[in-house]
Formats: sequence, structure tokens, C-alpha cells
Amino acid sequence: MTDLNGKDGFDRRKFLTGAAVAGVTPALTQASAPAQAQVAAPRHTPSALPPTMKTIAAETQPPEEMSRIGGKPGSDFMIDVIKTLDIKYAPSNCASSFRALHESMINYGENKSPEYISCMHEESGVGMAHGYFKATGKMLLTMVHGTVGLQHATMAIYNAYCDRVPLIIIGGNDLDAATRPPGVPTFHAAQDINAIVRDYTKWDDTPVTLQHYAQSMVRAYKIAMTPPYGPVAISLDAGLQQEPIHEHGSKLYIPRYVPTSPPQGDSNAVREAARLLVAADNPVIVADRCARTPNGAKLLVELAELLQCPVVDQGNRMNFPNTHYLSRPAGVIAGADVVMGLELSDFWGTVNSFTDNGENGGVGVNASRVKPQTKMISITSVDLLTKSNYQDFQRFQTVDVHMAADAETTLPSLIEAVKSAITKDRANAIAERTDKAKKAYADIRARDMQAAVVGWDSSPISTARLCMELYAQIKDLDWSLVSSAGDVSNWPARLWSIEKHHQWLGKSGGYGVGYGAPASVGAALANKELGRFSVSIQSDGDLMFAPGVLWTAAKHKIPLLSVMHNNRAWHQEVMHVQRLSNFRNRKANYGGDMGPIGTCIENPDIEYHKLAESMGWWAKGPIKDPAQLGPALKEAIAVVKSGQPALLNVWTQPR
Amino acid sequence: MRNLKFITTIAATLLLSSTGAFAASAEKGRVAFGKNGCWQCHGWEGQGGNAGPRLARTQLPLEALTAFVRGTNGPMPPFSKKVLSDEDLADIYAFISAQPAPPDPKTIPLLAR
Ligand code: HEC
Ligand SMILES: Cc1ncc(C[n+]2csc(CCOP(=O)(O)OP(=O)(O)O)c2C)c(N)n1
Ligand SMILES: [Mg+2]
Repeated sequence: MTDLNGKDGFDRRKFLTGAAVAGVTPALTQASAPAQAQVAAPRHTPSALPPTMKTIAAETQPPEEMSRIGGKPGSDFMIDVIKTLDIKYAPSNCASSFRALHESMINYGENKSPEYISCMHEESGVGMAHGYFKATGKMLLTMVHGTVGLQHATMAIYNAYCDRVPLIIIGGNDLDAATRPPGVPTFHAAQDINAIVRDYTKWDDTPVTLQHYAQSMVRAYKIAMTPPYGPVAISLDAGLQQEPIHEHGSKLYIPRYVPTSPPQGDSNAVREAARLLVAADNPVIVADRCARTPNGAKLLVELAELLQCPVVDQGNRMNFPNTHYLSRPAGVIAGADVVMGLELSDFWGTVNSFTDNGENGGVGVNASRVKPQTKMISITSVDLLTKSNYQDFQRFQTVDVHMAADAETTLPSLIEAVKSAITKDRANAIAERTDKAKKAYADIRARDMQAAVVGWDSSPISTARLCMELYAQIKDLDWSLVSSAGDVSNWPARLWSIEKHHQWLGKSGGYGVGYGAPASVGAALANKELGRFSVSIQSDGDLMFAPGVLWTAAKHKIPLLSVMHNNRAWHQEVMHVQRLSNFRNRKANYGGDMGPIGTCIENPDIEYHKLAESMGWWAKGPIKDPAQLGPALKEAIAVVKSGQPALLNVWTQPR
Repeated sequence: MRNLKFITTIAATLLLSSTGAFAASAEKGRVAFGKNGCWQCHGWEGQGGNAGPRLARTQLPLEALTAFVRGTNGPMPPFSKKVLSDEDLADIYAFISAQPAPPDPKTIPLLAR
């Protein structure tokens, strides 16, 4: 940004004079390690307007030194900072408000760490970063046009926020009203671009100098990566990016990033929780985003085995192996005397039910799912990050022992506390639960198998058949179910063997539909490096919000098997409108479709296989006969193994 | 199940007059199952899933099923006579009752862990 007092006397719009670029010095990290070898930009006077200067420059400078903007551009330094932060990719849609950063990234930064990934929609860029993080635990950044681009990105940012996923959003903005180009760039400028996402980002800033930027980027990374994780936004002035480095007396440095340790539960509260769990006859653990890393799942197994208590995995992460005999569906809490929730997004909804039956003046009926004396324990870091506007904190639930702490970080001390609290008597009582638990597990599995075979040969293909045909083909690979959009009646969690953290990456977070397609591509990009086989169950409604991400997958050669759950509807909404029609005692108007007007994706049917093909995918469909699914999957898997994305357009049952 | 309790208490008290007055047809029932939206939550074959239980080869008598569909105040929205005729419901009943028996899961290799 130009000096507000005009004292430094340079103006990027008039191009630069030699005076403005004198004394450019290399950026240095504060740490002594040469994290980034910085080369001082050559001292030179740029060739530029006005003609008199040009004449002088032509006489004094060799032609290869020609540069409109003298010295090292600010955006080069911005890339130096980013390169210290282990950010591998920048999935983005291009825009002039960050053209300088874009140029520095691909030229000065040699398009490595971060590598630019071409996206068709800002929502896709954010969605990719979301999926990538869950597959690797590593954060990405995305660049957006600070106004219109950020407007597109918002829903995906909200999903990341609700799903506790970190990413950095860099919005370009031409802040200086006196110098920014008129017309479009002014439409695309705002006082405070981040206002639109402030309610669902952890932090944001608008740096006004390069040194401010360096601090803010490292701070942004640090805040985003401290549990509870979350997205952060940096508004980058176009001028600050474009102008040459101009230091106000002191040398630029890059602060060293040192991770912040996550918050651990208070030791008294941990002891009290252990006491309750050990004394309980029927303790139940419910986990939602407990396992931030594979170690979280290991710790949870250790705790559950110590107590021989059932674990309900609510599925926003892979928290607990579903092959373990203590793994249970939600219903098990009905018999609980102690319920411990780990990083639950909705404790109230875990222990209460809501029936949408139109009673009580239309608001429905609430009831407890647990016995009245049930004690409750909560450990969640999200208690440290509550905002006012968006209601992701859900209904209020009174809890007996409430820790504002990261569950995974607290588990080791809780395990130790439980060990010390187990007396001989309790150890015997706990051991007695094992046989019953194993039998209950076997019964549930048998019931699920019985349910899966009903409609096994139906056309359109049943969701159970879809999932099991798919599983049969991938189970011997190092597979990763990168996303399951829409609703397939939970068959993967019920019937697949999910034992590794990367085999189930969870859901969108904020239920903003359109997450599945980009998150799958982002996670597949991560899995490509890790040698894993990525598979996605892709619903039709989800794909059509921003299908351009298919092209991104082909363009960047991201192997992904996308198997469609094409039920030809926004099916969730089919049922909602039907429900309301019934409550009002009116025949639902289908208008020639199979469900209520405005909820079906048919007449005409979308040929998703052709859509994918047009964007460089191998694709096949529509597959309606279950007997054809296995062979088609085999073909598609061979394609994906060769490094390409492949899509099967499968017509499915609604749920 | 909450709905079965409901059925036993309500079925006894509701007067079910017209059912059985016409020959129910499984074929027409398949169409009615689609046109009236039963497929949405129960699946096109009444196989059941996350949104509604299995109806295929229901063990409920028609009277109990009718009482439930007409009067439930649980998670399923009720269908009055105005929006779903007794005739259609009887056909739907014939359709779901006529569904083939599902295979034994043990005979399906895809279901072996
Ligand atoms: C919007 C979703 C929805 C629609 C549409 C719907 N159902 Fe249901 N149905 C349900 C749910 C959910 C249940 C479980 C209710 C409960 O447990 O109280 C259910 C239960 C039933 C039952 C009881 C099954 C049993 O064995 O206990 C019958 C019978 C039934 N539905 C018939 C129908 C028929 C016939 C139609 C179409 C006219 C229909 N349903 C449409 C959601 C739906
Ligand atoms: C951005 C957004 N728009 C609309 C909705 C409302 N909505 C919830 S589920 C759903 C249908 C999604 O369709 P699809 O992905 O095909 O899944 P299905 O329900 O058919 O399994 C819609 C539109 C939403 N949650 N998010
Ligand atoms: Mg759909």
C-alpha cells in the first residue's frame, strides 16, 4: 500500500521511480536457520514511464533488467512467508485482485509448496482444502477475489468451520480508493472483505505492511492449527502485493512457526470423570470429532477396553473401528447410566430425540433418549470457540462434568485416571460385561445383514447392494472413502470394515450440500501422494452445485473412483415437502415427476457419465441393473489405478 | 417399537369399514406406492432404510396397517383418506405383501466380511 502521507513518494499507478526501489533487502526468517534462501533483488532502476526516465534507463540499464516494478515485489516476500508454513497446494480460481501473488507463486515460487491447483469455483477450492486436510492433517490455502470470490466461497468456509477444519483463505482487495482502477476493480473492492466470513472463521486480519503480513500469516496458521481447528482469512491489499518491498527502517523477517499445544482437561475434572465412568454399570462413550489423528482412535479403543463400555461413533471422523465388539449404533445410550461425549457437535441431540410430527403447533415433539438420572460428561475444545450469530453450538444441554478441552489430548490422562480408579470389585464387574458385549455386537451385525438383502436385486440398485458391490472391489486395496454424499442408509459404517483413520473422513460439518464433490477431489489429491486408493460415493444433488471440480481432478491427474448414488432427486427435500403436504392434509403435487415439484432431478435425466467424460474422466452409465455394477466397477478401478479419475453413474434407490 | 404399540391400541378403536370391499391388486399397488410417495422413505421395493422401516412382506394385518398410516403421530407423516384412498392403500398392502422373500445373507459372498 502506498504511504498514506505520501511521504515515500511512490505510486504504483504511475509506475516507479528509482528512488522508490533503492535499498531493497532480502527477507530473513527470524530463526537463524536459512529456512528460505533469499537472494537480494538486483539493484536496478526500472525502465518505465515517463519517457525521460525511459530514456535514461535505456542508456544506463542492460535490457534484461527491464522491469516495470523495480525491486523485489512484495508478493515475492509473501511467497517466502508461505513457503515456511508447509502448505503444499493452493486450489484457487484466478482473479486480478491477487494477480501479483498468483504471479509470484508460479514464477518466483516455481509453483511448488504451494502448487497452484486450477479450480472452477471458489467453493471447490475451499472444499478441496477441506478434504485434503482430513486425509493428511495438513492445511492448504486458497486465494479468492476478495468480494465476489469470497462470496462464492462462503458456504464451503462455513462447512469447514463447523467441521473444525483449518485452512487459510487469502482474499485480494484493492483497498486504496484514490488509486485503484475504476469500474470492475472498484466493484470488486470493499472496506472489510472478511466481514462476510467473520462469523465462521477463527480469526482474520487485513495487514497493511509486509511485516504485518508476515506476522499475520504465521499467526493465522498457528490459530487455524490449534484445536479446535478452523478456517482463518487474510485480506491482502493488491497494492501491497504489487509494490516492491519497501521497508520502513527495519529489515523484514519471517516469524518462526511453533505449534501451540492443544488444551487438556483440568486434572480434577478428569479424575471426576474417571470416577463416574468406573462406578457406572452401563457407561457409554459417544465420539464425534474425537480422533483428530489416528492416535485418537487408538486411545479411544484403549479407554473403551479398560471400561468394557460401548462406543457410539457419530461419524464426523473415524473415531473407533467398527469391527470392534464395543462399537454400537446410537440406540445403546437408552440403557446408559453415564454418557461421556467426546467432541460432540450436538450433545443435546445425542441424549434427546426430536420427532418432526407437526404437533405442538407445528414444532414437533422432544423427548429424552436417556434415563432421568443419567450422568453426563463432556470433553470438547469447541467450548473455547463459541460465536454468537450462526447456531452451530446447537441446543443447550446441562452436563455434570464439562471440560473445555481437546478430547484426544485429554484421553491419555483420562485413561490413567480410570486405571487408578478401578478397584478389584470394579475390575470384576467390568470383566463381566465382555461376553454380553460380544454377543450384542454379533446380533447387530446379523440384523444389518438381514436388512441389507431386502431388495438386493432391485432396480434401481439398492444402496446396500451399491455399497457392498463397491466394497468387494476395494477391500484388498489401501482404500479411503473420501466422502459419502447424500444418504446411503449408513451401509459403509454398518457393513464395511473401517479400521483405519483414513478409511472414513466424515461429513461436511455444516450440512452445506456441495461439499462431497470437491472434498473428494481434495482428499484424493492427498491420497495420491500417500499411495491410497480414493473412492467417493457421490450423490447427484451434491455434484451439481459445482461440477467443475471434475475438470480439476482430470487436469491435475488426481485418481479418484466416484460411484454415484444417483437417486435422481434432492431426496432429503422430497421427503420434507411430502411431510408438510401430509401435515396439511393436501395431496402433494408431483407435477409429472416422481416426487413433489422442485425436489426431483429428472425430466430430463442428467447424463453424469457424459458430464464427467466431457471434463476428461473415464465414465460409464447409467447403470440400473445390479448385475452390471460389479463388472463396471472392475473396469473403473483399473482406470483409477492407472492414475485417472473414473465415474460410474449408478441409478439408486432413494436411501 | 413405538408404532406397534400405537397400532394395537388404535387399531382396536378405529372403525375400518371399506377394506376388502374390492379385489386388491399388487400390480396397481406398485403404482400407488409410487404415486403416493411411500417409496420415498421405504424404498421402491419397500425394502426400508434410514428414512423408514422395511414394509416388504409386512407381518401387519391390513387393518392395523391402515390404522397406522391414517393415524400415526410418530416419525411418519399420516396419510388421510383425502390424500390416499382405502382402495389405493389396499393395493399397496397387496404389493408389499407380495414382495419376494429376500435371499439368505449367508448365500451372498459380497456380505462375507
Ligand atoms: C416421509 C417419510 C415416509 C413416507 C412418505 C411414508 N412413510 Fe411409512 N414410515 C415412515 C417412518 C419413519 C416409519 C416408522 C414410524 C414409527 O416407528 O413410528 C414408517 C412406518 C410405516 C409403517 C409401520 C411399519 C411397521 O412394521 O411398524 C407402515 C405400515 C408404513 N410406514 C406405511 C407407509 C405407506 C403405505 C406409505 C405411503 C402411503 C408410507 N408409509 C409413507 C416414513 C414414511
Ligand atoms: C447449499 C445447500 N442447499 C440446500 C440444502 C438443503 N438440502 C439438504 S439435503 C438436500 C438434497 C441433497 O441432494 P443429494 O446430494 O442428491 O442427496 P440425497 O438427499 O438425494 O441423498 C438439499 C437440497 C443444503 N443443505 N445445502
Ligand atoms: Mg440425490
